Amino acid sequence: MPGEAATVMPAAVSFRQVSKTYASVRALDGVGFDIEAGEFFGLLGPNGAGKTTLISILAGLTKASAGTVSVLGHDVTRDYAKARQSLGIVPQELVFDPFFSVRESLVIQSGYFGVRGNGAWIDELLESLGLADKANANMRALSGGMKRRVLVALALVHRPPVIVLDEPTAGVDVELRQTLWQFIARLNRAGHTVLLTTHYLEEAEALCGRIAMLKEGRVVALDRTSALLAGTASTMLRFKTDQPLPAVVAEHARITGRIVQVAAHDPAEVEAILGRLREAHIEVEDLEIGRADLEDVFLEIMHGAPALPRVAA
Amino acid sequence: MTGWRTLFYKEVLRFWKVAFQTVAAPVLTAVLYLLIFGHVLEDRVKVFDSVGYTSFLIPGLVMMSVLQNAFANSSSSLIQSKVTGNLVFLLVTPLSHRAWFAAYVGASIVRGLVVGAGVLLVAAWFAPLPLAEPAWIVVFAFAGAATMGALGLIAALWAEKFDQIAAFQNFLIMPMTFLSGVFYSVGSLPDFWQRLSHLNPFLYTIDGFRRGFFGVSDVSPWTSLGVVAASLALVSWLALHLLAIGYKIRQ
Repeated sequence: MPGEAATVMPAAVSFRQVSKTYASVRALDGVGFDIEAGEFFGLLGPNGAGKTTLISILAGLTKASAGTVSVLGHDVTRDYAKARQSLGIVPQELVFDPFFSVRESLVIQSGYFGVRGNGAWIDELLESLGLADKANANMRALSGGMKRRVLVALALVHRPPVIVLDEPTAGVDVELRQTLWQFIARLNRAGHTVLLTTHYLEEAEALCGRIAMLKEGRVVALDRTSALLAGTASTMLRFKTDQPLPAVVAEHARITGRIVQVAAHDPAEVEAILGRLREAHIEVEDLEIGRADLEDVFLEIMHGAPALPRVAA
Repeated sequence: MTGWRTLFYKEVLRFWKVAFQTVAAPVLTAVLYLLIFGHVLEDRVKVFDSVGYTSFLIPGLVMMSVLQNAFANSSSSLIQSKVTGNLVFLLVTPLSHRAWFAAYVGASIVRGLVVGAGVLLVAAWFAPLPLAEPAWIVVFAFAGAATMGALGLIAALWAEKFDQIAAFQNFLIMPMTFLSGVFYSVGSLPDFWQRLSHLNPFLYTIDGFRRGFFGVSDVSPWTSLGVVAASLALVSWLALHLLAIGYKIRQ
């Protein structure tokens, strides 16, 4: 349990009042939360919310304008060597060194962390990520998906206790996603802490025990995934229509082409919405009532602009 | 293999994998200079009393190759990593700024010396080359290569694109190495040009290096050593400082 772990060891990652200003843009504004050892933690937010900036500060790629960040108790600027030794970062950009083969890249990356003679672990990484037959291929010769796998292997080559994945599944095929999540989930079960940013909310819902949502550089939600799902509209009314909706329904609805989704907190609210549609003589098809998912929560928090941040311990 | 040694090894492996371009090509260029200038000027130019022009030319060409290639190694490697984004693999490691410096400059020294040795080996076929005071050869080759390795780091940290590095190389490094007494003794220049040449730190590197072969030089080797050591200290301090603050690599 994260709560128990906190009493015996420092948080895996600790953000304290982290702010970052680029020229006149405030990318992060007093972000603060802890990720306990062993957690699978999701960091969500729309583009430009500050997710990558926060991770860049954690990784030492960017300096915070104010606040502190530590990894397993090691400050990322004052005690950067120990902090970085504990971190494995999978960057968002698909980058590679064209001079080396996959295995050479992994051996070199191990050496940077002072690790040598880890051939067995490198073999296991290659095997687990479906790269075994590409071990001696030059990085230039790999497809985008294969390069992405190598990025994951590079981040894990020194067996970091804290793994950070910055949108690792952006633009990758289903097979890689499954391979990757099985492997990362296995590492998490073995005790590694995982911090994930993703645009695929179903992934975050399936994998993450806790989630923080960022909006315009601030934490607007921080809770267990189950609590976030329970705390919002528990039901969603979904239907299709070709007719314009009455304004009172439209302003609360999420409309994608013909598909309309409206949040409803209880059966009475469902009945009220249906009543409005009947009054306006709207013909609906494929009407269904379903449980709200993380996407609904996300949209409610991002667009519903709650008066107070939803923050729980 | 740990820390900086891995980075050093990687930097050496990087240029060695493309040795045709990074070693063989500069050796060929230097040898072409030697053949052409040596052929044309051997009987027309008198430099030191007892030294033929082709012999005189060899140490200058060797040192020029050492300097240019040491600069090219650290600058091209770092700017490539910056522009293509793979510098992130290094930025996330626990390596200190001193480790970066030692590895990049160390690999630059290796490349400079490998190319210099190549030029020397080939050129020695064309003219007699004494070894009057060999300690100076070693001292100036190392110090010159280290200075240029550190300068290459500074240039690549400052530059944001390839053509800025190319400009640094073509408009600063090339003219300064060419006009440093590689092809002539600065003692033979008119007074104004002689005084101007003495402001060029590369002159001292080449003059001191040449002293090791012939036992004669335009400037006292101790003066040259002082200038070269001061240049090395200055560029090393600046490179270390820029790496420590993450200049243009950590926002």
